Amino acid sequence: MNPNSAWSDKPDLTKRFLALLLVAVAVFLLLLLRLWNLQVINAERYQALSERNRIRYMPIAAPRGPIYDRDGHLLVDNRPAFGVSVMRQDVDDRDRLLERLSVYLEADREQLEGRLTAGRRFPFYRPVPLADDVSRDLLERVQENSLDLHGVLIEVQPLRSYPYEEAAAHIFGYLGEITDRELARFQGRGYRPGDFVGKTGMEQTLESYLRGTAGQRLVEVDVLGKELRVLQVQDPVPGNKVYLTLRRDVQLAAERALRGHAGSAVALDVRTGEVLALASLPSFNPALFARGISGSEWLELLQNPRHPLQNKAIKGQYPPASTFKIVTALAALRAGVATPNTRVECTGRFTLGNHEFRCWKRTGHGVTDLRKAMRESCDVWFYKVGLDLGIDRLAEMGQEFGLGQSLGIELAGEKEGLMPTRAWKRQRMGAPWYDGETVIAAIGQGFVLTTPLQLAVLTAAVANGGELLQPQLVKRVEGWDGQVFREARPEIIRKIDFGDGNLAAVRRSLEAAVNEPQATGRASRLESVRVAGKTGTAQVVRLRDEHRDRTVKETPYRFRDHALFVAYAPADDPEIAVAVVVEHGQSGGGTAAPIARAMLEAYFGLPVTEPAAPAGFYGD
Amino acid sequence: MFDRRLLLNFDWTLLLTVCALALIGTASLHSATSGWSGGGTPLYLKQLSWFGIGLVLALLICCFDYRHLEHLGFHFFAINLALLVAVLLFGKTTMGATRWLDLGFFNLQPSEIMKVVIIITFARYFSRNGHFRGHTLRELLVPFALLVVPVVLVLKQPDLGTALLILFIAVVMVLFAGISRGVLVLLILLAMLGAGSGWFMLHDYQKERIYTFLNPERDPLGSGYHIIQSKIAIGSGGTLGKGFMQGTQSQLSFLPERHTDFAFSVFAEEWGFAGCLLLLLLYLFLIVWGISIARRAADRFGMFLAVGVTAMLFWHIVVNLGMVIGLLPVVGVPLPLFSYGGTSMVTTMIGAGLLLNVSMRRFMF
Repeated sequence: MNPNSAWSDKPDLTKRFLALLLVAVAVFLLLLLRLWNLQVINAERYQALSERNRIRYMPIAAPRGPIYDRDGHLLVDNRPAFGVSVMRQDVDDRDRLLERLSVYLEADREQLEGRLTAGRRFPFYRPVPLADDVSRDLLERVQENSLDLHGVLIEVQPLRSYPYEEAAAHIFGYLGEITDRELARFQGRGYRPGDFVGKTGMEQTLESYLRGTAGQRLVEVDVLGKELRVLQVQDPVPGNKVYLTLRRDVQLAAERALRGHAGSAVALDVRTGEVLALASLPSFNPALFARGISGSEWLELLQNPRHPLQNKAIKGQYPPASTFKIVTALAALRAGVATPNTRVECTGRFTLGNHEFRCWKRTGHGVTDLRKAMRESCDVWFYKVGLDLGIDRLAEMGQEFGLGQSLGIELAGEKEGLMPTRAWKRQRMGAPWYDGETVIAAIGQGFVLTTPLQLAVLTAAVANGGELLQPQLVKRVEGWDGQVFREARPEIIRKIDFGDGNLAAVRRSLEAAVNEPQATGRASRLESVRVAGKTGTAQVVRLRDEHRDRTVKETPYRFRDHALFVAYAPADDPEIAVAVVVEHGQSGGGTAAPIARAMLEAYFGLPVTEPAAPAGFYGD
Repeated sequence: MFDRRLLLNFDWTLLLTVCALALIGTASLHSATSGWSGGGTPLYLKQLSWFGIGLVLALLICCFDYRHLEHLGFHFFAINLALLVAVLLFGKTTMGATRWLDLGFFNLQPSEIMKVVIIITFARYFSRNGHFRGHTLRELLVPFALLVVPVVLVLKQPDLGTALLILFIAVVMVLFAGISRGVLVLLILLAMLGAGSGWFMLHDYQKERIYTFLNPERDPLGSGYHIIQSKIAIGSGGTLGKGFMQGTQSQLSFLPERHTDFAFSVFAEEWGFAGCLLLLLLYLFLIVWGISIARRAADRFGMFLAVGVTAMLFWHIVVNLGMVIGLLPVVGVPLPLFSYGGTSMVTTMIGAGLLLNVSMRRFMF
């Protein structure tokens, strides 16, 4: 086509060019009219405004939303504190100002400078917070010298306070100063450098709900930036109220019972998946973070060998040991390789090829069926059954229980644990699977790794008839006007089919494991409520010979076994499931079961028996 | 061989207008930033050097026949699309937006180039496929497709301002190419529908800006503050202004971003309505001259090219001025030849170069 074929109709375009011209002129006329209006008609008004254009908007920080337990007990609150900020546009001599402030505030000059520099990206007219939670004495000094400190102002900042100090610190998480990256991510939501945002836990997960909306004051200032009068105040709106699924008494009982140990305890409502308690010890005091943690305090937390900052309930990965026998039993029964009446002669050892696997009881349990095997935690019965079952069927059941997967709790950093299979080993290690590995997997040793949360969810599924529930921590998020933003609803991840009668048989054996004479879990027994449960003692390292015959006290801490216990109650109509893992606690029945018992007592409103303090903990 | 007629026909009027605007802009920038401490080259000198680079680029563009662009148009388009995709994949993120490709020595912003490329692409399409009786819906499918992809990619960055500008430029070109009345009505309906549903695609902060525009007091600390302070600065300029370097509003730092998006406010404060009138007349003259270049173009491609470039300048001017005087929401569009910034200056000068090119070849066949 000849591009100019239609060029002959060019004259017709006159109209269009005229239209372009008219539109352009009209639009410019409109702009001019507006300028006329601003600059000629309203000039005096704007001149007056600019004459004493000393009007400024000062932000008023909003308190973060309070956090309650499920029954409305206040767990995290705010207290008023004073912070020192700088209005950059009023600063005449930056270096001098920093010098003086570092003296008056007894603060590190570089730290102050760092914050001021971070504020550079923001408009001049926004105060940049330099120091938080300043003591009254220092504040007075700043106030007395205010004439000398152009651009410095004192702002009231609400700070987090924690009535129960270290309790549930891992769930709440802590606040920290906003980073450049976060500033960019939250752009347009009104954050400024120096603001505090949730870094971990619920503070992080629910940041947008907890934060609230800053208010502001319209103030008139003089040329030096000194406030003359307040013209208008818009109050801040505090963050929304968060109700967690926790029950304060169960949480506190768990933490008290765990005191002196490193480990964690989880309690779930087996009907809803709601987390009633989630304790991880040692803990830390989140109040340290509320006003900005010092370098040395932070280093101390980081370097503590028992990892107080780690939430062991979701990040600790441990061999489930004998608590895993629940999975092995259910898998074997479902697959038909065993029945509750399958009898195995336990001589204290189990031979496979030329290797010998021992039962924890060296003298053996004699003839053993499912109930006895569970009650007395006979390893040989499970070695035999596990071998007949094979790793893949065992792993299938484990995976149905959520092992080796993240469960999607509302906390960042949940670990997945590991449920090994043949395929996994080939891919990961390039090696075939050996029967010996199946044998030890059947008693929850070897490659199997679980988090305490996974153990609790597993136990809850056994208790509620096979529903794997997603664990939930947020019961409700509610605005101050009563508007509900978020509400927990039970979420079933999957329904597990165990085959007829199998679950009932296993549950009876778990009752036996707590209540009958010889039971390994007797320390969790309650008078008024029937408990079902299972102990576990996980080998940390194959004990070196020199430690084999030592007593607990003589064994170095790091070589001691982990102590585990899972339970639910009441046995016939379960409401609560608990899982306890005590690192290097040595004995599931001796150390972990009493902690579970304390939690159950708290839950059922019984007087709580506190377990004895651990022996030798501080010694080694 | 060099044709002497090219020199004889060189469009000095356009070049002088552009230089005049750039010099006024630089002077105003000098005033706006005079109180700024800190070392380094003063911003107005940097801006001047950007103008120099732009000028060289514009003159280079004059050296080859713009008709070559017609054949290169789709290549440019394809390359530019690839760059936009690359931005989404490996772009550099600043303040929450991913708009730049880090090339080591400078940051390339492909969405800016897209403004010029879409002009070339549309000019090519309409100069070949057009008749002037009015396009039907079917004939508009191709340009629509050509437009939607880059606009969506730019929106993804997200960069609402640039996306809207690309859209506006394209709309002017389509309307100029002519559409039948039925299609016009349909398009208007679609645009209204699009605006309605587009609302739900906006980011919260963008919605916030529109709310703020409707009621600046709503967010007096954020963009509302800009508008309020900008209006005080402009309004207090009065009829004759406070004088060069005498703007209290701007000199006292009450006016934020006074060197970039709000550069005009500084000028308006210091030169008053009289200065604004002169400046607006200069800008209007630039637009009118652009239209007349289009009218006198030697071929259809040149005509559409000139219309497109003129539309680009027009929208930049109108959106920026509308924003600083409180007629439009704050969307961060620079004022051509006035706001500080290399990208804006270079894009504008490339546009000016294209206009010069079309203008000086109007007698060539």
